[in-house]
Amino acid sequence: MKEMLHYREIPGKSAGYYAVLAILGVLIALGLGAAYYMEHQGHHVTGMNNQIVWGMPHVFAVFLIVAASGALNVASISSVFNKKLYKPLAPLSGLVAIALLVGGLCILVLDLGRPDRLIVAMTYYNFKSIFAWNIFLYTGFIAIVAVYLWMMLERRFNKFSKPVGFFAFIWRLILTTGTGSIFGFLVARQAYDAAILAPVFIVMSFSFGLAVFNILLIGIYSGTRRPLGDAVVERLRKLQGVFIAAVLFFVTIFHLTSLYATERHGVMKFILDGGNVYTGLFWLGFVLIGSIIPLVFCLLNGFKNSARWLVTASVTVIAGGMAQMYVIIIGGQAYPLDMFPGYEVSSSFFDGDIGSYTPSIYEVGLGAGGFAFAIAIVLAGVKILRFLPLSLANSLVDPHYHSEERSEENETAAGEQARA
Amino acid sequence: MLSKAIQFIAHRPAFPAAIIITACVISVSALAGAPKPDIPKGKGDRCVEDTDYMRKNHMELLLHQRDETMYRGIRTKKHSLKECIDCHAVNDNTGQPVSHLDSKHFCVQCHEYASVKIDCFDCHASKPRAQQAGQRL
Amino acid sequence: MSEQKNQIDEYRRSFLGKGAALAGLATLAPGVILHTVARAKPADEAITGKVRWGFLIDANKCAENCDACVRACDEENGITKFGRPETDAQWIRKVTLRNKQTNHTINLPMMCQHCAHPPCVDVCPTGASFKRADGIVLVDKHICIGCRYCMMACPYKARSFIHETVTDQNPDVPRGKGTVESCTLCVHRVDRGETPACAEACAKTVEGPAILFGDLNDPNSEISKRLASEPSTAVRADFRLDPGVRYQGI
Repeated sequence: MKEMLHYREIPGKSAGYYAVLAILGVLIALGLGAAYYMEHQGHHVTGMNNQIVWGMPHVFAVFLIVAASGALNVASISSVFNKKLYKPLAPLSGLVAIALLVGGLCILVLDLGRPDRLIVAMTYYNFKSIFAWNIFLYTGFIAIVAVYLWMMLERRFNKFSKPVGFFAFIWRLILTTGTGSIFGFLVARQAYDAAILAPVFIVMSFSFGLAVFNILLIGIYSGTRRPLGDAVVERLRKLQGVFIAAVLFFVTIFHLTSLYATERHGVMKFILDGGNVYTGLFWLGFVLIGSIIPLVFCLLNGFKNSARWLVTASVTVIAGGMAQMYVIIIGGQAYPLDMFPGYEVSSSFFDGDIGSYTPSIYEVGLGAGGFAFAIAIVLAGVKILRFLPLSLANSLVDPHYHSEERSEENETAAGEQARA
Repeated sequence: MLSKAIQFIAHRPAFPAAIIITACVISVSALAGAPKPDIPKGKGDRCVEDTDYMRKNHMELLLHQRDETMYRGIRTKKHSLKECIDCHAVNDNTGQPVSHLDSKHFCVQCHEYASVKIDCFDCHASKPRAQQAGQRL
Repeated sequence: MSEQKNQIDEYRRSFLGKGAALAGLATLAPGVILHTVARAKPADEAITGKVRWGFLIDANKCAENCDACVRACDEENGITKFGRPETDAQWIRKVTLRNKQTNHTINLPMMCQHCAHPPCVDVCPTGASFKRADGIVLVDKHICIGCRYCMMACPYKARSFIHETVTDQNPDVPRGKGTVESCTLCVHRVDRGETPACAEACAKTVEGPAILFGDLNDPNSEISKRLASEPSTAVRADFRLDPGVRYQGI
């Protein structure tokens, strides 16, 4: 008998499902409350100031936006690069991409000095501003991925999913280039002002986006007790490993280039060997926890076929990614502008000083709220629409996959999924 | 089409404002019991435009003047917010002009009545500078 | 009809203003600052690109403990402080430079440099950051959404974000929470034909005028003559932003 992939909504009736949604709801409410408080009081209640103008909300927002475009990769691999194994994962990939982007944008908008003027941001444009392009890139991304999802989910339109998917893939590359260029085009700041920041952001998006996708996929399949075969897990694990290595490579090149220019020794020493919070976050957070440890989980055979280790690796990638964002965004601002080269500068406006920044609970609250919102969108989405196959057992996703003594187990699991 | 419409509205905050005012006026007058605002008289015999015209179009004039001043440095006094504030200042019991935090403020009286929220005074001074030192001619 | 009458009033007023200014010029000793007053444009006349306003700042004349320019700016523009130096706005600040090799120190005021190619204008998503025809870089607070990208882009740390509610503003200088601001070159005074407050205050100090205000496009202005005959530089001239503020003695 020929098995078929059946996409079905998750039942979403269990106590566990509602408990997760309730926790997310609380986080969202706290985030909104924090945003309201910050807007009402003014930004002086945050850790941000005239030296560090972008803080924790931007760390969360940029992470989510970068991860959003990366989350679409799974769909791109299926549509653009014709990898069959990824096809059943593609709809979820699109949903996660939209959800992460929406979450990130909510944070960004609620952190504005005047969020009530969102309509102004949507109607007045300065096309020389990368920010203005990004408004189009972000809204365009949501629209294109929505159409892409439609093409994938509506059987009659399946034939269009390839060209639309290709378009979405190009668009997401431009989007991440735009996000990286927000920093890359800042001539005045030594920590940025590098064209390589755009590709750095693109590879970071591959890695961070896939990590979020892995956790959601495995989480939902284990929560609903739908079968998830080794074939998928193993492929995602290897892919995650490659992406982590790529990020590490690009970040190394970025720092090496900067280290070569004497002018930048100061800022590089500050980040890499400054004995400050940024140095710690870079080496311990990004390099050790966010790269080396997950690389071990993703590439060594000892951790093969294990969804649990893949989730662990993904969690460390996300933690490391957040650390790296913190270093890039806040560390880059903390290092003083070199306004008078060759001089030691001082003033009442903190010229020449290392900027001080302590994230406030409100900023973290807003960021966590946005993150929670993104996850809530995904969990609600998979309950409302048929994003996920009933089973991702090996025999379904890859008939040629040789899994030892597993197929029987999968069949029994398939029978059980109705319980969830 | 939609973006055109949004742009139309965004460039003319007065447009939605007018609709809202109209809606509010209709709904408020439907209540019949709502007390009419006690609009204080400004200095001088008459306003820079007819009162009826001002009631409906003051926001248009202010918006136009705002961009003229902001971008072109045109600082004629006729339609300038600063002059409105000077002329329509309302004093409290001590003879000091009240700010927009007081319901007796000229702008606030009507805007509260019509339930139209304005954010002009988030940035602009809502009372004349008069009593402060260093006043210029 | 009433519009016409009002315009006549306007001209009358500006004529009287100019008359008073001329009378002032005649009675006062010809000061360093007042010569610009004679050029006051009528209030209904738009600014043009024929002029470009700028400062020439002589660091040699800027005394270490003098903050006359800062105080004048704060008062003129109603820059209230909340006792939180990290978030309080500063439009102009005194900066001390120490040469790392020679220990030689220099004092100078820093403010918005009113670049001809301002990065803040380039990056502003809504176009709220803009450059007036006469070279003054401003923020249109009506369309500023408070994203702070301009603050990231400015090489001179010239901008401040308003971190808390402002009250009792100067009617000429609207400013409020949630938007970004910086030195306006006292645009409200310049439009009246006056000199920016900092330059006026500096001229009254004993050390003499370290801040000279004038039209960089007018070859006969004092600022242009001095720029033509004396050495000067721009801060981070290597960025080629062509700032309207030039320095001597650095």
